[in-house]
Amino acid sequence: MTDEFFKRLEWPYPILWSKQKEINTDVLILGGGIAGCWAAIAALKKGVKVALVEKGGTIRSGAGGAGCDHWESAATNPCSKITPEELTQAMIEDNNGYNNGISHYIECREGYDRLLDLEKMGGKIRDTEDEFTGAEFRDEETKFLFAYDYENKFTLRIWGTTFKPALYNECKRLGAEIFERTMATSLLIEEGKQGARVVGATGVNGRTGEFFIFKAKATVLCMSRPTRIWLFSPALPGISEFRPPQCTGDGHAMSWKVGVEFTMMEKSVKGEWSGDRSYPPYGTGNTHNTWYACSMVDAEGGEIPWADRDGRILTNISERYRPAPGQKFFLKGGGESDFPSYKYKGPDILPVDVLLKRGYKLPFYADLPSMPEHERRAIWGLMVGQEGKTKIPILRTYTEAGFDPKKHLLQSYGDGWKSGSFLPQERQLFGLPGGIVNDWELRTNLEGLYAAGDQLFASNCHGHAAATGHYAGRHAADYAIKASEPNIDALQAEQERTRVFSPVNRNNGIGWKELNMRISRVMQHHCGEIKSDGLMAAGLEQLRSMQENEALELYARNPHELVRSLEVLNVLTNAEIVVHACLARKASSKHLHFIRSDYPEMDPSEWHKFVTIKLEKNGIVIGERPIDYYGSLEKNYESHNPEYSKGLKR
Amino acid sequence: MKGKKVYVIPEQGVSNPVVFNPEICNGCNQCIEVCQVDILMPNPEKGKPPVVLYPGECWYGGCCAAACPKPGAIKLNIPLMNRVRWKEKT
Repeated sequence: MTDEFFKRLEWPYPILWSKQKEINTDVLILGGGIAGCWAAIAALKKGVKVALVEKGGTIRSGAGGAGCDHWESAATNPCSKITPEELTQAMIEDNNGYNNGISHYIECREGYDRLLDLEKMGGKIRDTEDEFTGAEFRDEETKFLFAYDYENKFTLRIWGTTFKPALYNECKRLGAEIFERTMATSLLIEEGKQGARVVGATGVNGRTGEFFIFKAKATVLCMSRPTRIWLFSPALPGISEFRPPQCTGDGHAMSWKVGVEFTMMEKSVKGEWSGDRSYPPYGTGNTHNTWYACSMVDAEGGEIPWADRDGRILTNISERYRPAPGQKFFLKGGGESDFPSYKYKGPDILPVDVLLKRGYKLPFYADLPSMPEHERRAIWGLMVGQEGKTKIPILRTYTEAGFDPKKHLLQSYGDGWKSGSFLPQERQLFGLPGGIVNDWELRTNLEGLYAAGDQLFASNCHGHAAATGHYAGRHAADYAIKASEPNIDALQAEQERTRVFSPVNRNNGIGWKELNMRISRVMQHHCGEIKSDGLMAAGLEQLRSMQENEALELYARNPHELVRSLEVLNVLTNAEIVVHACLARKASSKHLHFIRSDYPEMDPSEWHKFVTIKLEKNGIVIGERPIDYYGSLEKNYESHNPEYSKGLKR
Repeated sequence: MKGKKVYVIPEQGVSNPVVFNPEICNGCNQCIEVCQVDILMPNPEKGKPPVVLYPGECWYGGCCAAACPKPGAIKLNIPLMNRVRWKEKT
């Protein structure tokens, strides 16, 4: 601890909150994470002007900025035995239709192209140093390393810590105008009318407080999914959720206010990760994801059996990476899918309750020492090392503390990767959560507004963010090239400026952490596991009351706290979106993790559809779309991307 | 808000996520630029380690330590309750 810790210090950056800057661009990208950087790169390659607005520091920011250990759905890589159509269809079926056919088809069609692009930018995607020569997951010709299904080879192990700096440098090289440490606060719409064309956004810098008005022909939403709606730790807010703390779902809140259509926002799952409940991600003994398919032992050293989808006990480690007899391919093993369908279910250890009945003793441990050398090094050193938040927090920290993967058993603390136990009302938007409804150009229902990555409904991983980011960026650029000059509504911008700075004009009131705690308490009590109209209406009333009262009492003492305060206002809006969505679906649904005590029948056929909600002048508009609204994947993709698909080999 | 000087007092966190070794750190501030949460600020005295202004907001991503050009200058400190146990395989 240095002396400065005990001193009152002068704010280190110039305070510019009386300043305002206007920026004119063709394509405005909001959010500079994985999706945002790819959107910028694709738009720049179309020759348009691009402004990128990023709340953190673009070189490492976003949920995927620190690293990534495997790239899913690279169905067009030369070793894959599965087509993009088969893989997307499997992902749709595995979720009973509640999935984004468009965005995941884009991921399956173009994810591998993005990997090749990354390699040209300096990212590492193959075993160029021959560290794994002879491993059964390595293709000797391409030097690609595969994960999960070694037979069908559509998931690649990659060196993802090299990716974000490469993307950042490429954005700069191509001439993106990057606004670092700047939070986008609102979308600007033509004549300030809800539902009209989006013509830009406003932003505020978290170091200086400078206010920005961005005027743009097209805008791409690339911010995070909502977080901290149910889970908030005032002591350790930075690890309230899995994603970084500044990933608060600002884009959802700002687009809701201007009339963007959402779906699946009623889906939330029992908490999967929070620093308050869990251990460091990928830092405990488990069999999931980064650790697939590590051997486990019980407290007395007894080896825990693995089985295939038919319950057949696997007799060697290699079988954990192969489909079952009669199965073409499996999606993921290690208990990753919520309700895996028989058709695509991967190998897993026997369920914990079965193991305990058979006499296995807790705690269980990951048994890296018993894994074959290639597999052990692939898990500990490659994947634990490259996956986001493992290089320093796990690999370096544990190694320095004496952990030796050849000698030590690493304790497991809970089911699968979750490494923690949650109460049913402690919920999260995780595992293909809700988001913005998109068409085949990844456009929203508003003209000039596109969305990618975690802003889309049923989003998931790094490859999805990359593929949809690139796709949305190039379609937004195509629109911008033909679009008319945008006109900013001065009144709307001025009103937003007043709203943004109101917390710094107060000397006391409510701090951002207190408000976030209140939101999560209200949501746990009124929109927890078991939902009903009456209970949710009572919750909604309290959220509205917070908007009208406590939200107007927030105070901030510097630009950093101002950004944190504005984020919590977005958390509040996002909580309202969730409750509205939950009220709109009058039926329970297994795959949506959605239980209604007043509509207990599970998945009645008339509710097998996407329920949509949006805000209009006179209130909430509830709509619906067929579960397969996107139509034929291949045909629609090709008709919307003739120029792109022509130049590529399938 | 206009014309007011802004001061800050470093927050006392439940844990100390980033610990600098002042003997090794040369105050290059590269860690500040890669921290996406912006929990650090430059030391008022040039050449000295950054100040951890908002320790509670740390994501424990380790980008600061990964970007640090001086080995040993930054230690990422996992919160006590999140430390994991291992044992020797017998």
